[in-house]
Amino acid sequence: MATKVVMEALSPTMEEGRLVKWNKNEGDEVKSGDVLAEVETDKAVMELVARGDGVLRKRLANEGDASPVGTLIAVIAGADENIDSIVGSAGAPAATSNAPAQPAQAQQAQQAQQAQPQQGSQAAPPNKTVADTGEQPGKSPVPQTPAQSQGEASTPPQQKAAPARAPSPPPPASRPAPPRPPSGPPAQRGNGASKAAAGRQRSSPLARRLATEKGVQLGSVQGTGPGGRIVKRDIENARAGAVATGRSAAADRLAAEGDYKDVPLTQIRKTIARRLSESNGPIPTFFLTAEFDATRAAELRTQLAEMGDQYKASFNDIVIKAVALALAEHPEVNAHWLGDAIRHFNRIHVAMAVAVEDGLITPVLFDADRMTLWEISEKARDLAKRARDRKLQPDEYTGSTFSVSNLGMFGIDQFTAIINPPEAGILAIGGVEEKPVFADGQLELRQRMRVTMSCDHRVIDGATGAKFLQTVRQYIENPLSLII
Amino acid sequence: MAVLTYRDALTQALREELQRDDRVFLMGEEVAQYNGAYKVSKGLLDEFGPMRIVDTPITELGFAGVGVGAAMVGLRPIVEFMTWNFALLALDEVVNAAAKMLYMSGGQYKMPMVFRGPNGAALQLAAQHSQAWESWLAHIPGLKVCTPGTPADAKGLLKSAIRDDNPVVFLEGEMLYNTKGEVPEDDYLTPIGVAELKREGDHCSVITHGKMVLVAMRVADDLAKQGINIDVVDLRTVRPIDVEAISRSVQKTNRAVVLEEGWEICGMGSQVVDFIQRECFDDLDAPVLRVHQEDVPMPYAKNLERAAKPDAGKTIAAIKKVMYLD
Repeated sequence: MATKVVMEALSPTMEEGRLVKWNKNEGDEVKSGDVLAEVETDKAVMELVARGDGVLRKRLANEGDASPVGTLIAVIAGADENIDSIVGSAGAPAATSNAPAQPAQAQQAQQAQQAQPQQGSQAAPPNKTVADTGEQPGKSPVPQTPAQSQGEASTPPQQKAAPARAPSPPPPASRPAPPRPPSGPPAQRGNGASKAAAGRQRSSPLARRLATEKGVQLGSVQGTGPGGRIVKRDIENARAGAVATGRSAAADRLAAEGDYKDVPLTQIRKTIARRLSESNGPIPTFFLTAEFDATRAAELRTQLAEMGDQYKASFNDIVIKAVALALAEHPEVNAHWLGDAIRHFNRIHVAMAVAVEDGLITPVLFDADRMTLWEISEKARDLAKRARDRKLQPDEYTGSTFSVSNLGMFGIDQFTAIINPPEAGILAIGGVEEKPVFADGQLELRQRMRVTMSCDHRVIDGATGAKFLQTVRQYIENPLSLII
Repeated sequence: MAVLTYRDALTQALREELQRDDRVFLMGEEVAQYNGAYKVSKGLLDEFGPMRIVDTPITELGFAGVGVGAAMVGLRPIVEFMTWNFALLALDEVVNAAAKMLYMSGGQYKMPMVFRGPNGAALQLAAQHSQAWESWLAHIPGLKVCTPGTPADAKGLLKSAIRDDNPVVFLEGEMLYNTKGEVPEDDYLTPIGVAELKREGDHCSVITHGKMVLVAMRVADDLAKQGINIDVVDLRTVRPIDVEAISRSVQKTNRAVVLEEGWEICGMGSQVVDFIQRECFDDLDAPVLRVHQEDVPMPYAKNLERAAKPDAGKTIAAIKKVMYLD
C-alpha cells in the first residue's frame, strides 16, 4: 500500500518546513523509520522519517523548497504500484491518516500535546488544554529526564530523538491530549512506540521514588541496570552534586502537590485582569528595576576560575541559579496565566534567551533549582551552543515556567524584556559595571548590575514582584548561598 | 526441643488430635493395617482401633465422598490420599462438594475435614506421579491449602487443619517425610494463613512454600558465604496467602524471587507476583523473577528430571539477576 510522505510538523510552532536535503533517491528501498530528508523548521534542522515500507517512488519537493505542513512531498509505494492518483493529488494539502490534517490544527494539537503554548497572541489554546485538568495538582508537560540527551552532542541529536518526537497525527482537538506523544493509528504506532521506548530512560519504580525523595534528577544519573535502567544503587551513588540543597522549597511542594497547582481566580484577580488588560493588553505588563551589588559575585567568579576550569561560572549562570532558588521561594511568580486560573508550578524550569543568527530561542534549564551552579553552567553552555547550531530538540526549548534574558555581554546596562506567555514574568539582566556608590558613608567602587523584571499584572502584583526581586538580590549579593 | 522427622511430626499431630477429639478419624488406602504407604499413620490402628483408622478400597472418589458425608453429619474426617496425583479422581468431591457445602447449604453444613497426602515430585516417578497441585487447589474459594516445609510447621498446621471447620487441603512431600527439624514439645498450633520469615537478610526476598523451603534455606546458606543475605519467606499456607508478610519483606529488600515446585503458567508464583506488583510497586528495584518446574511433563530420566526441577542453582541465578549482579 502506498504511503504518502507529507511535510510533518516537526516543532510545536512549525507551519512550514524547508527541505534542506533529500537523503533518499527515487527508486531507493526505504523502511519505516529511515531518514528520508532533512527539514529546516522554524527552530532547527530535523529529520523527516519514513512512515511506511516500500520504494521511494516519487519526490515532489526539491531541495530548498518550503512546503506548508501537510503538503505531500513524496510517495512511498511498492515497486510496481500505480501511484498516479496520489501524485495527481499533490498540491492539495494531503489529509491522509499519516498526515497532520491542516497546519493550523496540527499546530494546535501539538501545542495541546505539549501543553506548551507558544508566543501566540492569545492564551486561548492553553486555556482549553488546562480547563480539562481543572484545579487539580498536575503533571507538567516537561519531560522527566530533560538532561537525557546531554553529552551526546557528537551524535546527531535528531537520530536518537526525532523518531520518538516525530509528530503523531493530532488527536481529536476536543479531547484532552496526553502530555506525551504517540497514539497514532496502529500501523504507525508499532514503529513509533518501539522507537520511543528505545529513547526512554528506564528506571525502576524504587529508583524513581528514591530520586524524588532525595531530589536527584533522574536525567543526571547514569543507569547501570539492564538496558541502562536506573536502579537503586545508581540513585544512592548519585554524586552529592545532583542532590538538592536542602533549601529547595519547590522540591517539598513537588512531593506534596505534584508538578503544579492551579489556583482559581479570585474576584479581585479577575477584576485586575480585566481592567488592566483593557488598559494595556493583552498582557498588562509592568516593570520593576533594581540594581544589585555584584561585587561579591564577581569575586566568587574569580575565585572559582582560579580553582580550575571545571568550576568556572558566568554571571549568567549565577543569575539563573539565584532566580531559580528565588522562584522556589516565590511560587506565585513561577506561574502561568491560564485565562481562568493561575498555575503555580512546583518545578522550576528556567528558560534563557539565546541569540541565534537569525533570531532568538529560549532553551530551558529544567529543575534549575535542583542543579548545582556548575551543572547549570555546563548545561547552559551546551544548550547555547546547540541553539546556535540549531540542534535543539523541541522539548529542550519548551516547558519553561520563567525566563531570563541577558544582554549584559553586549554592554547593555538595562533593558526590558517581553514576556513569553503564558509565563508571568521575565527577568532582563544588564551588564555588570564598576560604579561609585556610597557604602557605610564612604564612596566606594563597586560592581553593580541592573535587572528589570517584566511582570504580567494579572498574575503578579507590584509588591509580589518586588519581594521576589528582594530574594534574588539576597542570593546575588550573598553568592556563597548559591554554592553551599 | 525434640528433633523429629517430618513424618513423625505428622504422626504426633494425628495422634494428639485423635486423642483430643473422638469425632476425628483417619481413612484412606493402606492407612490402617499397613501403617500408611509412607508410615505416617504408624501405630494408630493399634491405639485407636478400626473404627477410627479405616482402610479403604482403591476408590479415591468414593472415600473422599464418604468423608464429605461424614463431615456433614458432624464427624471430623481426615482423608489420606496416597499421593495427590491419585487425588485427581477425587477432585469432584474436594472442589464441588467439600469446598461448596457451607456456601450452598446457606451455612447449614460445616465441612470440618482434611484432605492430606504427599504432593509434587519425588524421584523418578515419571510424569503422572510427579506433580505439584497447590495452584489448582488454591484456586478454589472455600478451601484452605497448607504447604508445610518443616516438621514443626507440619505438626502445627495439621493440628490447626483438623480443628478447622472448613475443608483444608494439606500438602505434604514424599521427599520431606525423612527430613528432620526441631519440633516444640508443647501442644501448639501453627495458624493457617500466616507466613514465617525463616531467614533474615536485606538483599533479596525469596518467597516460597512446601518442599522448596529447604531449597531456599540451602540457597541462603550458600549465598551468605558470598556476602549475600536473603529473606526466606515461607508462606506455609498458600490459601489464604499472607500478603502482609510478603510486602514487609519485599519493601525491605526491594527485590524478590518466587520459588515453587510446580509449573510456571498460573502457578502459585503468578499470584505472589501479582500481590507484589500491587503492594510493592514503588519498592521494586527489579522485576520479580520466578523459579519453577520447567514447562514440561516431568521426565523419567534422572538427568532430565534434575534439569526440569527447580533447584538451588536456578534460584541463585535468579537472585543474582534481580540484584543486578550477573
